Amino acid sequence: MEILVCVKQVPDTAEVKIDPVKHTVIRAGVPNIFNPFDQNALEAALQLKDNQGAKVTLLSMGPPQAKDVLREGLAMGADEAYLLTDRKVGGSDTLATGYCIAQAIKKVTELKGIEKFDIILCGKQAIDGDTAQVGPQIACELGIPQITYAADLKVEGDTVTVKQQNEEGYIVTEAKFPVLITAVKELNEPRFPTIRGTMKAKRREIPELSADDVKADESKIGLSGSPTKVRKIFTPPQRTQGLVIPVEDDNYQAAVDTLMEKLTEQKII
Amino acid sequence: MDFNLTDVHQEFINLAAGFGKKKLAPTITERDHQGIFDEDLVSEMLGLGLCGAYFEEKYGGAECDVLSYILAVEELAKYDAGMSITLSATVSLCANPIWQFGTEAQKEKYLTPLVEGKKLGAFGLTEPNAGTDASGQQTVAVKNEDGSYTLNGSKIFITNGGAADIYIVFAMTDKSQGSHNGISAFILEKDMPGFTFGKKEDKLGIHTSQTMELVFQDVKVPAENLLGQEGQGFKIAMKTLDGGRIGVAAQALGIAEAALQDAVEYSKQRVQFGKPLCKFQSISFKLADMKMKVEAARLLVYKAACKKQEDQPFSVDAAIAKRVASDVAMEIATEAVQIFGGYGYSEEYPVARHLRDAKITQIYEGTNEVQLMVTSSALLR
Repeated sequence: MEILVCVKQVPDTAEVKIDPVKHTVIRAGVPNIFNPFDQNALEAALQLKDNQGAKVTLLSMGPPQAKDVLREGLAMGADEAYLLTDRKVGGSDTLATGYCIAQAIKKVTELKGIEKFDIILCGKQAIDGDTAQVGPQIACELGIPQITYAADLKVEGDTVTVKQQNEEGYIVTEAKFPVLITAVKELNEPRFPTIRGTMKAKRREIPELSADDVKADESKIGLSGSPTKVRKIFTPPQRTQGLVIPVEDDNYQAAVDTLMEKLTEQKII
Repeated sequence: MDFNLTDVHQEFINLAAGFGKKKLAPTITERDHQGIFDEDLVSEMLGLGLCGAYFEEKYGGAECDVLSYILAVEELAKYDAGMSITLSATVSLCANPIWQFGTEAQKEKYLTPLVEGKKLGAFGLTEPNAGTDASGQQTVAVKNEDGSYTLNGSKIFITNGGAADIYIVFAMTDKSQGSHNGISAFILEKDMPGFTFGKKEDKLGIHTSQTMELVFQDVKVPAENLLGQEGQGFKIAMKTLDGGRIGVAAQALGIAEAALQDAVEYSKQRVQFGKPLCKFQSISFKLADMKMKVEAARLLVYKAACKKQEDQPFSVDAAIAKRVASDVAMEIATEAVQIFGGYGYSEEYPVARHLRDAKITQIYEGTNEVQLMVTSSALLR
């Protein structure tokens, strides 16, 4: 079984602040981490490797320092890692990113001399953008089925059965290889890397791929190739908790009176 | 002299800190209060590979250095002092003597699983009547005609007792040789017939570690499990304890740092007389004093680790580091409780645990009086 896990290096959002005047993200001094949902995706891949036998390949797109998370993934037990890094892909929105990564997946497939990846695993979303769009877009670009929000996952032969989490409960979905799956936190508890794995990963060369290497159409990548334009980032005002005025003993009049009183008090009416 | 930690050292700290934050911190209060030695958590900790820090790759080690290991023990101790000694006893007191004195066959059989974190180790020297005076061993090993030994006796206060798979046990093989040349060291396995466990110790602190009595009734130990030469046991014990002292010093350092950190945070939050405690000079100066002591202890601990790494004599350095770091841990934990006031005396806050945990570091791996004996005898030689 050939598994590809897409991972992203993200700023630790627990530490990120937004500049209240400039409305930009203050990145200085914020540590970069392995996107937590991608760790769940990798853990799922490693469990399949441990229990059923699989080769696990990592792919990331980002600046050269994104190799840190790839090394962390290798230390956890992944077999190989590739980084798509190129100034030309900088500023890509989710559509362009999905396209770039799909192109990179095709290239990695070719480099590894395999026919296809049986399973592509992604985290449900990255904690910096929180869009949850890139995984599904990769599947669209590659023309393969996608199963999002996996809270449980089983593989039998060439069939994957996934318990998909949604707001009301679960949907059990099945698909044949190849398939793209996105992971939620409930899927598993990611393992810690080992020290030996960490030391070995430190010495590993991680191949870099450029936009040209993956034959990305320049009109579809980077800031200029992205239809989404970010006009402004701002901190939404804190919403205070609402007040519920209960109707007691069918006394609607009293409740309405209380409501009017409160609204007047707040100078809303 | 280079005071900078390397990338590799940082990896050990990060891994231990990650494990501490995610796995130890959330349950420490419960495990401490209920005295839970969590075997699953221990296996997971051993699985990180920290035990292999300074051992060669051929034994499954990471081939880094002693300081890497010491930094990991220190970091773990910040979150859970009991778990840090579980690891330290395995590495310093069990893996290390096999590595230093064992045959290649012994290393393959016993060192590798310890280094790889698949087995837990322990060290049995202390007896009811042989504490600081370790030479007064009453456990006896009689040599049989086939070359094997039969062990009889008992050991008390054994860290990882009952849980460990591999034990280094000391016994008198030839009383006529006197205490120093009549003692030998053996490698015992948990399931050897006649090897049983007595009571589980109910301790003041380090509740998340397990301490038990070992009992030997006609335990037949094969000749190939003699560690080093016959009669070399006392020397092996003393050399092993030298290394163990650096581990305990690191544990003490971790406890001191945790207590200081807790005190700093509390002093910023707790408001009395209209301002946070840290705005009172009596408290801020106390915190500064605590920090100075922690940093002084740190240098001694790291220096001892570096000397061991470089194969220089380090007995005195280890003795100094152990005494200073454990005294600092006790002092910092006591001051932290003082800063917390009534809340510090309550088990609802972590500083009470730090105080209980700190006390043992002044006692085990040789009491601090032993450290004075080691240091003064070297000084006056």
